[in-house]
Amino acid sequence: MEQFLQQIASGLANGAIYACVALALVMIYVSTDHINFAQGEMAMFSTYLSWQLMTWGLSFWAAFIVAVALSFVMGVVIERLILRPLHNAPVLSIIVVFIGLLAIFNSVAGAIWSYLIKEFPSPFPKSSFGIAGVIGPHQLGVVVVTLVVLGLLFVFFRYTPLGLAMRAAAQNPQMARLVGVRVDWMLALGWGLASSIGAVAGIMVAHIVYLDPNMMAGILLYAFASALVGGISNPAGAVAGGFIVGVLENMVAYAGNQIEKATGIYIIGNGEKLTVALIIVIFVLTVKPAGLFGRVVVKRV
Amino acid sequence: MASTSKKWVLGIVVLAFVVPLLKPIFPDAISDYRLFLVSTMIIASIAVLGLNLLTGFNGQFSLGHGAFYAVGAYTAAVLMDQLSVPYWATIPAAAIVCFIVGYLFGLPALKLEGHYLALATFALALAVPQILKYKWLEGLTGGVQGIVLNKPEVPFGLPLSEDQWLYYFCLVVMVILFWAAANMLNSRSGRAMMAIRDQYMAADTMGIDTALYKTVTFGISAAYTGIAGALSASAIAFVAPDSFNIFLSIKFLIGLVVGGIGSLTGSVIGGIFYVLVDNSAQALSQFVKNDLGLPFDLSAYTVFGVLLIAIIYLMPMGIAGGLFMAWRKIRGAR
Repeated sequence: MEQFLQQIASGLANGAIYACVALALVMIYVSTDHINFAQGEMAMFSTYLSWQLMTWGLSFWAAFIVAVALSFVMGVVIERLILRPLHNAPVLSIIVVFIGLLAIFNSVAGAIWSYLIKEFPSPFPKSSFGIAGVIGPHQLGVVVVTLVVLGLLFVFFRYTPLGLAMRAAAQNPQMARLVGVRVDWMLALGWGLASSIGAVAGIMVAHIVYLDPNMMAGILLYAFASALVGGISNPAGAVAGGFIVGVLENMVAYAGNQIEKATGIYIIGNGEKLTVALIIVIFVLTVKPAGLFGRVVVKRV
Repeated sequence: MASTSKKWVLGIVVLAFVVPLLKPIFPDAISDYRLFLVSTMIIASIAVLGLNLLTGFNGQFSLGHGAFYAVGAYTAAVLMDQLSVPYWATIPAAAIVCFIVGYLFGLPALKLEGHYLALATFALALAVPQILKYKWLEGLTGGVQGIVLNKPEVPFGLPLSEDQWLYYFCLVVMVILFWAAANMLNSRSGRAMMAIRDQYMAADTMGIDTALYKTVTFGISAAYTGIAGALSASAIAFVAPDSFNIFLSIKFLIGLVVGGIGSLTGSVIGGIFYVLVDNSAQALSQFVKNDLGLPFDLSAYTVFGVLLIAIIYLMPMGIAGGLFMAWRKIRGAR
């Protein structure tokens, strides 16, 4: 039983990370209809930035804040410089550009910081944090930090004029423009925010998966699965999807483990995590493309 | 127009067959290493052609063609390793297996379009190395270690080196496959494929069985890329799961975009191009470090990424298409 609870708790901790990245994906998807394949690599790059700042002597949280701010700038710049001119480009061009960004971020991070795996510190005190036997200090810390970030975002979008303008720009760009919202800057801000959220996710997860240029590949895949499960057009759904997928991931591995213990037959385990995500992605896309909380899109012919 | 381009193609093919025979005369210019390099280019162009059939001519995106390449390579490797099937017989076997796998993947893909298909295939590409390491398959696939094979031997006591023979083998396969693809695209089926790409609904209304064409195209495309995978297994004489990662699929995408989406000759140019960049990455890195004095290990993927974005901006038809347009402009100006 205790093991079961442990699995759920660590599933929630992973889920918090997936929720963050999924939210970043959804923010870009809602406003531009693009799926950002480079989201994971951008988050990885931000994590390296924070690592670099720490090696230059900043404390964890100072590095965290500076890295998140830099990521915001990075997101805005990418949107303004690279994606803005492709406003009306065909889907394939957009996808190719995202893949190009993925390759650039991955290889540049490898070039600057090398492909050697690095340890990444955890800011959460070992002694006073966590519940013994159920959830470790870092895992609990991750959940708390992501919940705070999500809360801040909620307040931002719900109660500030800028948040309202951003929502308006995403929902109905033409009308928003007519009432004086600078829609293209809202898109850029959305990119900046998405990039920052990704940075938070990256910095939080780096302690668990260690720091290397390919650290986000699996997480990105799970974030895709989360966004799809929750409905890719629904930010709250994406967050819920993140937690659902996080727990599901651990449950599948746990169940596989139990089956192996009981019958001695290996079916599924930690080695098949990405395959599980692939199955979730394809299953949701074919069976219920709107996800659990998404809107069903009806196309007019 | 058609007849002149046919002459060109014929000329290049004849040249490709004759030049390696001159090896004894120019041993430095035509070395075994260079022939091997050209063989990998040939393999790459077949793989890119596979992706092009799907994306360029049928309008379905795939960021996961590395998966079919892996299936082809592993089919060939397992057949050679476990059943001692001769290397040449693994090519049709890989084609059949990959056709089936591609066809099956094409079924759910029918329901997806644009970004979503890209997403599903991207997920596939990320998961491939893990699937190959699956415990139940370990007996066949050798797990993380992969499978070590033998290089194809020169048959009938022909006076050729191993690399020369490999080159000819790849070249023959490539000529057959490109010839078949050109014929297919020129036929009723090819026109149906392109009609689906250009105007899905109109094609459907005209009575084209869109579902059948899309899934079969997926199968054929996978078979082409799978054949390339099988050839690479023979050529490199080694397969391992981690070489079939997402970046393999990205390389095919590079080949597709550089060569030109929806162009047969473009597939060859794209294949040659990515192998060249991949191979000169070391030299490039040295150049950046020593000559430009930057403290970076520039990798091929930085070049790939920058090129992907630059080409989308500057030459949306690919380098081949872009040069062709430029050529037409120059001739038109005269």
